[in-house]
Amino acid sequence: MPEAFESVYHVLGRDFSNAGKVSTTIKDTLKRLGISPAVVRRVAIVSYEAEMNLVMYATRGKVTLSVSRDAVTLNIDDEGPGIPDISLAMQEGYSTSTAEMREMGFGAGMGLPNIRKNADEFNISSEVGRGTKLFIRILPAA
Amino acid sequence: MSCMRACPTAAVRIRKGRAVKLADRCIDCGECIRVCPRSAIVPLTDQMADLSKFKCKIAIPSPALYAQFDSETFPSMIFSALKQCGFDDVESVSPACDAVSIATEIFLNEYRGQYPLISSFCPTVVRLLQVKYPELVDQLLPVLAPREISARDAKRRKSKETGLPPDQIGAVYITPCPAKIVAILEHPGMQRSNLDSAVSICDLFQTLAAAVSRVQESEHKIEAVESAAGLSWAFLGKYPRSLPAENTLSVAGLPNVIRILDDIEKGRLRKYRYIECSACLEGCVGGCLTVENPYLARGKAIKLQQSLPAGCIVDRREVETSYRKKEFLMDEYLTGRPLRPLDDDISRAIIKMKDRDQILAGLPKIDCGACGAPSCRAFAEDVVLGEAEKTACVFYWQKELADRIEQLAGLVRAQRQNIGGVS
Repeated sequence: MPEAFESVYHVLGRDFSNAGKVSTTIKDTLKRLGISPAVVRRVAIVSYEAEMNLVMYATRGKVTLSVSRDAVTLNIDDEGPGIPDISLAMQEGYSTSTAEMREMGFGAGMGLPNIRKNADEFNISSEVGRGTKLFIRILPAA
Repeated sequence: MSCMRACPTAAVRIRKGRAVKLADRCIDCGECIRVCPRSAIVPLTDQMADLSKFKCKIAIPSPALYAQFDSETFPSMIFSALKQCGFDDVESVSPACDAVSIATEIFLNEYRGQYPLISSFCPTVVRLLQVKYPELVDQLLPVLAPREISARDAKRRKSKETGLPPDQIGAVYITPCPAKIVAILEHPGMQRSNLDSAVSICDLFQTLAAAVSRVQESEHKIEAVESAAGLSWAFLGKYPRSLPAENTLSVAGLPNVIRILDDIEKGRLRKYRYIECSACLEGCVGGCLTVENPYLARGKAIKLQQSLPAGCIVDRREVETSYRKKEFLMDEYLTGRPLRPLDDDISRAIIKMKDRDQILAGLPKIDCGACGAPSCRAFAEDVVLGEAEKTACVFYWQKELADRIEQLAGLVRAQRQNIGGVS
C-alpha cells in the first residue's frame, strides 16, 4: 500500500454561505502535495459539483478525501432524500432543482453527468428517504 | 509585522527581527509596501539619475498619472512638465489602449479554447496565476499590454526621427505599482520587454507638480493624444474596457480576484467569455506607488474622461492589419511556476502533510504571528520543511517549559522521600 493522506470534511445542507469552501480546501491540499495541475483541476470540478449537491439537496453530508501516489479518491456520503431513479438523474439536463437554485446558477442538470465525465472510476448508490453515496476516483494521466 | 499579515500569498516571514521575502511565493502586488509603517520596503524603480545611460528618454505615463492631479490639469500640461523634468519625449498610452481593445475583440472572436479568458494586463494577476493557479495559465489572454505597444511604437517613431539606434532610446514607464517594474525585468510572455525602465509616480510627483505649475504660465504646450476609452484603463469600470458587457466580468482587489479564480478552477464560470482582473481595488489608480487617494483619483479620472472625445482614436483597419502580423500578440507562452509542494515525491509529501497536521493540532490556531509566520498553519509547514523551530511558538514553548518544571518538581519530591523525613 502506498502512503495515503486522508481527511474528512463536513457539509451542511442549505449552508450557502460556506458552499464551495470544502472543494477549495481539497484543491489547496492537493497542490501542496504536488498532485499534477490536470488532476487538481478535475478534482476541483468534481468535488465542487458534489459539494453543491450536498448543500442543495441533503440535510448533511461527509466528504472523505484520500490521496496517494496512485490516485485521488473521494467518498461522499449524505443524509438526504435519496435519488429514486439514478439512471434518470445521470442524464444531462435532468434536474429536480427549484427555481431558487437555478436563480443562483445551479441545478442545470449537469452536476452528476459532469462528475462522471471527469472521473476515472465512478459509482453511485442511493436509498430513498435515507441518502446517497458517491465513489469517485481520479488517476494521474498515464 | 504589518507586511507579514498583509501579504496575500503568505510570502513574508520575520526572521531575527527582520522581514524576509520568500521569492517564489511573492506576486509583486505591493501590499507590503502599502502597509509598512516605516517605509522600509523599497520597490525596484529607477530614479531620474539612473536614466542618463540613454541618449534619448521617452516617458510612457500610466493613465493613472493624470488622476493624481486636479481635473484642470490636462494631460498636455503633464506632458510638457515631463519634458521639463528631463524626458526628451512623451508617448500617450491612450492610442495603444484603444488598439489593444480592438485586438482583444478580434482574439476573443477567433478563440476556440477553454472559457473564460482572463486578462493579462495586470502583472500581479499573471504572477498570481503562475504561482497559485498554474492550470489556468492557458486561459490568460495572450495580447500584449498597452504599455508595451506604446513603448514599441514610441521607439520606432523616435528612432526614425533622430536616426538613433533603438538601443540608445530608453522607454520609461511612469508606474503606479511595483508589479510593472518586475514585468519589465522578467518580461512574462515576451522575449524581452519594449520598456527599459520604470520610475514611480510617487518618486516623480513632487518635481512634476512643480513643473506643471510652471507650464500654466508658459506658452509651450505639446499635443497629447488622449481618448476617453484609453483613460478608462486607469480605473475599474463596470465592464471590461471597451468590450461588450455580455458574458464579461470586471474584478478588482486581490481577495476578490482570488475568489473568482477559485470559481473558475471549479468550472463555475464557463459561460463567461472574458474576465478582467486587476489586483488593486479601483484598478491602477489604486496602485501602491501613487500619491492620491484612489477614490478621489478615480473621480478625477472620470471627470477628465468626460472632457475627452468618446470615440476610438485609432484606425480599426490599421489595427486589424498589424494584428494579422502578430504585432499585438505575446511571442512566448506563459507557463505556470507553481509553488514547490511539501516534497517533490508525492509519498514523502503525504508524510510531511500528516506531520504538519499533527503539529498544527498542538498549536493555538490564533495566528498571532509571534513565531514569525503569518498563520499557525504556515508555521507548522515551515517546521515540517525544516525552516522554523517548533520552540519559536511561544505557546508551545510555554507548555514545554511547564511540563519540564512539573517533571523537575516530581524529581525533587521523589528525592525528598528517599532522604526521608527532612522537610
